[in-house]
Amino acid sequence: MIALLLRDLKLALRAGGGFGLGLAFFLIVTVLVPFSVGPQSSLLSTIAPGVLWLGALLACLLSLDRLLALDWEDGSLDLLATAPLPLETVVTVKALAHWLTTGLPLVLAAPFLGVLLNLPVPGFLWLVVSLLLGTPAMSVIGTFGAALTVGLKRGGLLLSLLVLPLYVPTLIFGAEVARRGATGMETQTPLLMLAGITAATVALLPFASAAVLRINLR
Amino acid sequence: MSIAAKANALWEYANPRKFLATSERVMPFFWVTSITCIVVGLVWGFFFTPDDFRQGSTVKIIYLHVPAALMAINCWLMMLATSLVWLVRRHHVSALAARAAAPVGVVMTLIALITGAIWGQPMWGTWWEWDPRLTSFLILFLFYLGYIALWEAIEDSDTAADLTSVLCLVGSVFALLSRYAVNFWNQGLHQGASVMRAAAVTGADTEEKVSNVYFFPLLVCIIGFVFLFIALVLYRTGTEIRARRIKALLARERVSG
Repeated sequence: MIALLLRDLKLALRAGGGFGLGLAFFLIVTVLVPFSVGPQSSLLSTIAPGVLWLGALLACLLSLDRLLALDWEDGSLDLLATAPLPLETVVTVKALAHWLTTGLPLVLAAPFLGVLLNLPVPGFLWLVVSLLLGTPAMSVIGTFGAALTVGLKRGGLLLSLLVLPLYVPTLIFGAEVARRGATGMETQTPLLMLAGITAATVALLPFASAAVLRINLR
Repeated sequence: MSIAAKANALWEYANPRKFLATSERVMPFFWVTSITCIVVGLVWGFFFTPDDFRQGSTVKIIYLHVPAALMAINCWLMMLATSLVWLVRRHHVSALAARAAAPVGVVMTLIALITGAIWGQPMWGTWWEWDPRLTSFLILFLFYLGYIALWEAIEDSDTAADLTSVLCLVGSVFALLSRYAVNFWNQGLHQGASVMRAAAVTGADTEEKVSNVYFFPLLVCIIGFVFLFIALVLYRTGTEIRARRIKALLARERVSG
């Protein structure tokens, strides 16, 4: 398990596995927003939590098609499936590696991009907390989508079409936490809902991902 | 007949030949019932009911809007059920029925969205509002699109059936979750459930539900749409079964020739 995790992390860091690409995408989206809606700082500070959440979500989505596709192409996925490790564990570790290389950097970068969008001061804490809670769910749901489309030639666009509707609840509660936090309202209810979604997806969705992967590897 | 025997009788239709024979026998009846009901319901509703005292004649779009919305949701439920049957009992007819139902469902969703927009414009003064009901229908529409796209994308039909079934199960959970998330996110303009109220059973005409004047033609329309849906799904499933047979015949010909 740990060997698999280390292998995935090393691949992501060394082989140009898109480690920095997600971050760069997040940065560019954030920079483009003021160009499209205008530079008024009051407007930017109202939409900042939502924009940052959406940017993080899209950056996460962008990195999904590499999550399993590379292993599929060079055949290591078949090896992993025949290994003594249960496939459920494999997909969980894959999702964890994805989170460590994509989700966590996004969470760490978000406050700096929040400065660019003039995010109100109390919002920073809640932005980081909500992203920290929400990004694992995005990685796990994304792994499910990647497992569904792994064998397809042009899976990339289809992957987005399948995964984006599944992201809706996470986005709603996550952005709500950040938005309420930024305007100084109480955040407990959406925060608990977000935590519930993350806990449930992390606990249950790997089973679906593994089942789907087994079908695809048949 | 006992319940167990009845359940067994249901599984007989997992045999494509039996399914085709029976569905062809009952389909004309379904078509006739559905068209009669829809025509009667619409004519009754459009020409023989009074205008609403607040909404005027725009209220009459209810006869298309409500049945379509109802079928859009029930179609997803049917797909969920047939997907489960496929995953558990591996009956091909079941998987093909789910595949056949999806385009019908997406059209119903679209009809509900469009008639809703046409109705909303004079009533709320806007074509679109991010109301929970409207938003969840839009999300349902996206789920349908993803489901159909996945069916189309995969060549091997058994793999496609497996994958779409799992997607349907997972999607149902997330669709339900989205429904509640959207409710939390924005309080809405759309009126609450008002067709099927307790008063609808007893027949009493109360404030909280759609007036009986509109309710009976609406009921006829709903029955018509239900039969239309069943007939369409049976018809499309038959087409899918035949398409599968043609494929098998062609493959056999290629091998022997």
